[in-house]
Amino acid sequence: MTEDFRRATGPVISVRNLHKWFSGVHALRGVSLDFERNEAVGLVGDNGAGKTTLISLLAGVHQPDEGEIFVDGRPVRITRPREAMQLGIETIHQYNSLVPQMSIARNLFLGREPTRASIFGIGFLDIARMRTESTTALADVDLHLRSPDTPVDELSGGQRQGVAIARAMHFKTKVLILDEPTNHLSVKETNKVLAFVRSLAGQNVTGIFISHNMHHVFACCERVVAMAHGRVVFDRKISDTSIEEVHDVL
Amino acid sequence: MKRLFKTFLEKPELAAVLLLVLLVALFQHLSEGVLLSPANLRGVLGLLPEMGLVAVGVTLLMICGEFDLSVGSVFALMPICMAVLMNAGWSFPSATAAGLLVCLAIGFLNGWLTIRFNIPSFIVTLGTLFMARSLTIVISGGFPPRLPMDAIPLQLFTAFVGPGELIRASFLWFVGIAVIAGFLLSRTNFGNWVRATGGFLPAARALGIPTAGVKIACFMVCSTLAGFAGMIQVLRVGSPLPSMGEGLELAAVAAAVIGGTSLAGGIGSILGGVVGATLIRVIDNGLVLSRVDSNWFKFAIGALTILAVVGNAWLRKHGRSMKVED
Repeated sequence: MTEDFRRATGPVISVRNLHKWFSGVHALRGVSLDFERNEAVGLVGDNGAGKTTLISLLAGVHQPDEGEIFVDGRPVRITRPREAMQLGIETIHQYNSLVPQMSIARNLFLGREPTRASIFGIGFLDIARMRTESTTALADVDLHLRSPDTPVDELSGGQRQGVAIARAMHFKTKVLILDEPTNHLSVKETNKVLAFVRSLAGQNVTGIFISHNMHHVFACCERVVAMAHGRVVFDRKISDTSIEEVHDVL
Repeated sequence: MKRLFKTFLEKPELAAVLLLVLLVALFQHLSEGVLLSPANLRGVLGLLPEMGLVAVGVTLLMICGEFDLSVGSVFALMPICMAVLMNAGWSFPSATAAGLLVCLAIGFLNGWLTIRFNIPSFIVTLGTLFMARSLTIVISGGFPPRLPMDAIPLQLFTAFVGPGELIRASFLWFVGIAVIAGFLLSRTNFGNWVRATGGFLPAARALGIPTAGVKIACFMVCSTLAGFAGMIQVLRVGSPLPSMGEGLELAAVAAAVIGGTSLAGGIGSILGGVVGATLIRVIDNGLVLSRVDSNWFKFAIGALTILAVVGNAWLRKHGRSMKVED
């Protein structure tokens, strides 16, 4: 079976029989899934279904208690968020991965700051480069803000989501995981995020879109995966199913 | 102009600078010009580095989202260790190095216990406050050990230097260390991690920042600066008292808060901590010079601390909602 994953044309991420316990709670009960290249997958399910647990394993926030993860067909152990990023997996977490007190430019490069003359990994920030590159990164996701020095807590919810997305795209991600990215957004901002998810395939990025809102998933994904009680209970192309059918399963 | 004003409102340390200028002017007037006289400045600037260095460390740690109540005890423990070792025949450099290593160890312990057992640093450092103070008294036997002053290069630390002999060498240490700490916080990637760790821990973690290491490093810097400050006081006074530095932990927090540092982490600057410490020294000195009953000193510091927090919250709110054009 593992032979199949070795082919470069195979799924970008495969997980096999993933289990995760949280202090006695069996949060994931044997999840196996393939995420195909440049495909936008909607991941739906109730609270506590295991969606966020599954992506926390892919993002390196937690480690599986059992099971395997393959990236480009190679078995990997993702023990830290930084390792996930190095594998090309960027995650935009539900409660925003931004530090509100810090500027846009500092947030964009947080943890991956360009430095000059560094010793033991500690060095002087290349602030000029951070400012110009973050302006470009924001423009690339069609976000035009007045200055990269603006503190993030002066931005609207949609603008913050835009900054998080710009960061993920700037670091040439292969897989972009968005955990409830449309929460607390206005209709206009939501549509912008949905359009962005639709555009991922054209940029050779695989999208994993987690949402409570079935209409959002059907508006931007090619495939829908439903989870319940720590298991995958439904997995089909959007073109072969309907919102009602997914609702009936859940 | 409006943008400048907005920037001003959003930088609480600038408000503290303004307050400092006003208070200096006020006390200069009340003391009939004595405050800024060279003789008085020699005294104020000679004392400032001791609390100032502690405030620099405490400010850095508070920005990182943690708290250190043990600095006052470490302030006493370091010079006592140094004095005891020198009396046992150690040279000044090796005794100093050993004393600073003790500080590093306490800082590490504070950070490690806080993170490993996930308990508030307020509690951990309350514990080490008592433990370090107790150790200080046990080591010294309750009596101040004699310090062999002639074996110490005082010109490097407490001798008056420069034009007019206005400042002590310790002031240069203070300025140098504050500038380095300020650069570390605002111009290096490490500083970015410190602010992110204190500002929003889940985001810092999710981005792969080694938050535990960052916190422990800040605890260690904080303890070391407190110990170094204690050493400077002992070299100035000439004798290590086991009771020195009592209450300093809260004065240092007051200095940080007056300078605009938030107790919740993520907000603040080294400059703010330095200005806060200077304000406390100026009020202390100014009250005495103005012939006000010096028992009002603590009242003034307390009132200023509360005023600073309320005022900063107000300034931030209004500064943020102020719209500026592109």
